[in-house]
Amino acid sequence: MDPSLLFALLGGLLIGTASLLLLAGSGRIAGVSGIVGGALARPAGDLAWRLAFVLGLVAGGSVLRVLSPRTLPTGLPHTALVIVGAGLLVGFGARLGGGCTSGHGVCGLGRRSPRSLAAVLTFMTTAFVTVHVVRHVLGGGA
Amino acid sequence: MTTLVAFAAGLLFALGLGLAGMTDPDNVLAFLDLAGAWDPALMLVLAGACGLYMLGAPLVLRRGRPRWAARFALPTRRDIDGRLLVGAALFGVGWGLVGLCPGPALVDLAGLGGDIVLFVAAMLAGMFLFTRVFATSP
Repeated sequence: MDPSLLFALLGGLLIGTASLLLLAGSGRIAGVSGIVGGALARPAGDLAWRLAFVLGLVAGGSVLRVLSPRTLPTGLPHTALVIVGAGLLVGFGARLGGGCTSGHGVCGLGRRSPRSLAAVLTFMTTAFVTVHVVRHVLGGGA
Repeated sequence: MTTLVAFAAGLLFALGLGLAGMTDPDNVLAFLDLAGAWDPALMLVLAGACGLYMLGAPLVLRRGRPRWAARFALPTRRDIDGRLLVGAALFGVGWGLVGLCPGPALVDLAGLGGDIVLFVAAMLAGMFLFTRVFATSP
């Protein structure tokens, strides 16, 4: 077995552990877009834990930067227009769709939610199509 | 205490993403590119994370309440509506364009790359826009 696949499985188990920790400790779903979007939606009351989760993500990134700098990209091979467009779609789409890869993908599928299954199948499909069009129809110009 | 738990969960989550190679958009796009040199890694990440959650969540919920909070805050809706599908479809297009979703994008901020900062700023703007457009509805 390719070692990167073993690391992928181990990394997935770590993500599952982190999500269970948040559920067992705070009773919350570890959905990144929900946590961040919730902080933007109502900046009163439960802001602290949301910011703490985001800080934890960035702190984890800092640990990765020290241990294995190659894991963190510093640039993206796209124009600023594509980067901004993609960011807007990811942010707006995740909130409209009620979650992203973590909330729907990990927690939602883990809770056998039909909404999450529909969301995951939908975003996987449009992502597959997008990559195919960009790389094999347009020729990787983005 | 919930603040500390959230920080620890975020930290672990980020380390998991890094170990799995999912902080690198190239690895995400390699999974999404079915017609290219397809890399199944992302599927294993999802299987590991989701499988463990599926086994662990019922055990956690059986205890009745979280350790440091009054109650579990879980989504209860089970209907599939247009908003869910349109939102997920738009999200997938953005994800496929660059290979970044919200979790890895925030972790990647630690790399201090200007492109990542630009993506995160646009992502936050997209989330804020949602709040503005749909402020009156639940």
